[in-house]
Amino acid sequence: MKQHPQSKTEIFWAFTWLALQGFGGVLPVAQRELVEKKRWYSKEEFLEEWAVAQVLPGPNVINLAIIFGARYFGLSGALVAIAGMLVFPMLALIVIAILYLNLGEYPMINGAIRGMGAVAAGLIAGTSLKLASALKKHPLGYWPSIALAALCFVLVALIRIPLVYVLLTLGLFSIYLTYRRVKSC
Amino acid sequence: MLSFSWGDWFIVFLHFMAVSLMAVGGAVTVIPEMHRHLVNQNGWITEEQFSASIAIAQSAPGPNILVIAMMGWHIGINSAVGLYAQYLWGTIGMVLAMIGVMLPSSLLTYSTAKWVQANQHSAYVLAFKQGLAPIVIGAILATSWIISASNSQFSTDWALWLCTGITVLLIWKTKIHILLLLLVGTILGALGWI
Repeated sequence: MKQHPQSKTEIFWAFTWLALQGFGGVLPVAQRELVEKKRWYSKEEFLEEWAVAQVLPGPNVINLAIIFGARYFGLSGALVAIAGMLVFPMLALIVIAILYLNLGEYPMINGAIRGMGAVAAGLIAGTSLKLASALKKHPLGYWPSIALAALCFVLVALIRIPLVYVLLTLGLFSIYLTYRRVKSC
Repeated sequence: MLSFSWGDWFIVFLHFMAVSLMAVGGAVTVIPEMHRHLVNQNGWITEEQFSASIAIAQSAPGPNILVIAMMGWHIGINSAVGLYAQYLWGTIGMVLAMIGVMLPSSLLTYSTAKWVQANQHSAYVLAFKQGLAPIVIGAILATSWIISASNSQFSTDWALWLCTGITVLLIWKTKIHILLLLLVGTILGALGWI
């Protein structure tokens, strides 16, 4: 059953909590908290809002926070969501930066960051695969949309074409196909 | 140490504003441009500080865009003498960098969000959001791949890739806690096992 945030305070603390769990990227935690725990988004809605957040310039999760906050409480909702995403993480960052400035580099710290980075990369890939099940309800059908996703992966990850160009070609192509399908039904 | 006037800070601020609109796909996409501008062209921060910015931001909780905050922090540190002055200017640099990098893109996102919400039932908006869904799934997977490939070589760091692969399966198929996975990875890394 879908739920709604009751107040701006609730949005602030929800985004603070998910940002503070987001080591090496907030997307996996955002998906967990907003879709699976709070149920403020269905998987399909989350994917659609994330699509808008990702194609616009700027940090994706901040864009998502703006879109989410604006939807329920307008401008002040957007500001509260941004604040939740940034205030406590920035305070934590200042503390870590000061420690780093004074302690310098230890091999153990580098190893720890390396291990954390490997897990963070896995979290992002796992979230992508989890969201892929939302494509079952896609207007183009499951397998055609999976093929588009795979093609995008090959272009960006393996051939290393900047995302902007992929969005302007494959992205527009996919929007065009979807538009034809949506319009005919 | 750099001698930094308010005019210099203003130029730094303008640069972060310009970067904001280039960051399609998130903070990761502008790292090369930041390196060119901050390290090579202006010498505002050193090569070591640039790498440290990425490492610290990765080990801290919060959005990836905090890597930009760390770059602002390092510019601030280089512009000041004395530990407390460095803390102060580091923090000022951090806040300036974040406001600069977020202001243009956030204004654009906010106005787009309002427009999309007002027209949510139009066929164009529906096709836009749903048409991009598969592309975005591919793009998220690609981000993960690019992060892994830039941190390691497959032949020498196979244990690191194995760790990433196991994480993918656990997050995809189970409800295991995200922080637990990160903790295990951090410990394995600190012990030098991966």
